[in-house]
Amino acid sequence: MVYLDAASTEPLHPAARDALLSALDSGWADPARLYGAARRAQMLLEQARADVAEVIGARPDEVAFTSSGTQAVHLGVLGTLNGRRRVGDRLVTGAVEHSSVLHAAEEHERGGGTAEVVGVSRSGRVDAETFARAVSAPGTALACLQTANHEVGTLQPVEEAAAACQEAGVPLLVDAAQSAGRLPLPRGWSVLTASAHKWGGPAGVGVLAVRKGTRWRSPYPQDERERRRVPGFENVPAIVAAAAALRATAEEAAAENARLSALVDRVRTEVPRLVPDVEVVGDPVLRLPHIVTFSCLYVEGEALLTELDRAGFAVSSGSSCTASTLRPSHVLEAMGVLTHGNVRVSLPRGVSEGDVDRFLAALPDIVRRIRASLGVR
Amino acid sequence: MWRRRSGAGGGETGEPGAEAVAETQAGTREPAALTIDALGRKCPIPIIMLADQINQVPMGAVVEVLADDPAAYTDIPAWCRLKSHAHVGSAEIPQGGWAIRVRRNY
Repeated sequence: MVYLDAASTEPLHPAARDALLSALDSGWADPARLYGAARRAQMLLEQARADVAEVIGARPDEVAFTSSGTQAVHLGVLGTLNGRRRVGDRLVTGAVEHSSVLHAAEEHERGGGTAEVVGVSRSGRVDAETFARAVSAPGTALACLQTANHEVGTLQPVEEAAAACQEAGVPLLVDAAQSAGRLPLPRGWSVLTASAHKWGGPAGVGVLAVRKGTRWRSPYPQDERERRRVPGFENVPAIVAAAAALRATAEEAAAENARLSALVDRVRTEVPRLVPDVEVVGDPVLRLPHIVTFSCLYVEGEALLTELDRAGFAVSSGSSCTASTLRPSHVLEAMGVLTHGNVRVSLPRGVSEGDVDRFLAALPDIVRRIRASLGVR
Repeated sequence: MWRRRSGAGGGETGEPGAEAVAETQAGTREPAALTIDALGRKCPIPIIMLADQINQVPMGAVVEVLADDPAAYTDIPAWCRLKSHAHVGSAEIPQGGWAIRVRRNY
């Protein structure tokens, strides 16, 4: 199988595998206890925290580990809104945020709060000025913006948004799930969230960083773990592995990004040349190095995924009926681009040029056959 | 998360919605030369039907596609943009779904 779905989950980095196996033996005990094995687990946990903090540009005591990126976002959004209730109940988000942000916003609205969604351009980028206007409205308790979009790879104007938020005295939650470890993280965030399995760590580890001085109150019942930010016993071996993967990925990023980005450019150029009636979506320049998304006219997304899978290619799609939903992706909808026949190709670390070429060789005939089956000439 | 919001989809360029707004304001809803009933059909079928049949109307005439697949609401205007036809506007219809109006440009 040629795996081209790194944006769903990046395969485990070898450094994470080694760290995980060793920490399963040395870091299994309860880090909150006082005997030798517990102290070892605690040391491993705090070393992992320091390592992650360094890469993301935070202080160790600002970093908490969650059980997923989604949980980090839910806690980040709802906890910050909770902490700022006296200021107001307005939440501002971009239109193409991850569903975890939008679901947290819905929860906030169900509780009587308000949410304003800032639209995006055709390339999926939030307009920085519109965002700045939205956060400057009175009663704004929190603003959320992703570093980069998970479906089309477009980078968001986080530095500008952070400046506007600072000016307005509004905390900014930055969802860095798709870029942490791959790109330097923007400064100016008040809350930062990320997910280890997106950078080659194991699943089940998320990061919630809350800047000193940001008001935050847990939406959950109180628990002692992770400085009272995240409930439950930490998965120390997985956290150790996540930190090892983050360090390794960040060290390799400069060289690997250039390679992956050139392969993405090849896909962006070749797919419209090889397949008629294709729209490549997302910003061609202001983008992540490893994600490219396109939509094929007159093709059903589910059929495309099935045929690509049969031919040995693992990709994902924002078309309806491809992700247990009858709705197309809210990202593609907000951009106003074709939602059917959609394919997201996201390149994992170490993917070969040959794999990308094999994908490009297989795609035209698959699209042609699906179109023919629907009577499209 | 599926609510439709104004200002999305590059709306600030004024591209897809501009003519629709103008038509509504002027109250000049010209009758469609052809109505394609794609209710109950999933994308891309409504678009394939539109692409097949748009040449049956005279140049400059309006085709109306009735569709209730949520993807059609986004995809028919996107098809117009890619194929250089004009998306005139989309209106909700009583039976659920939309009447999506397209002007043949060539």
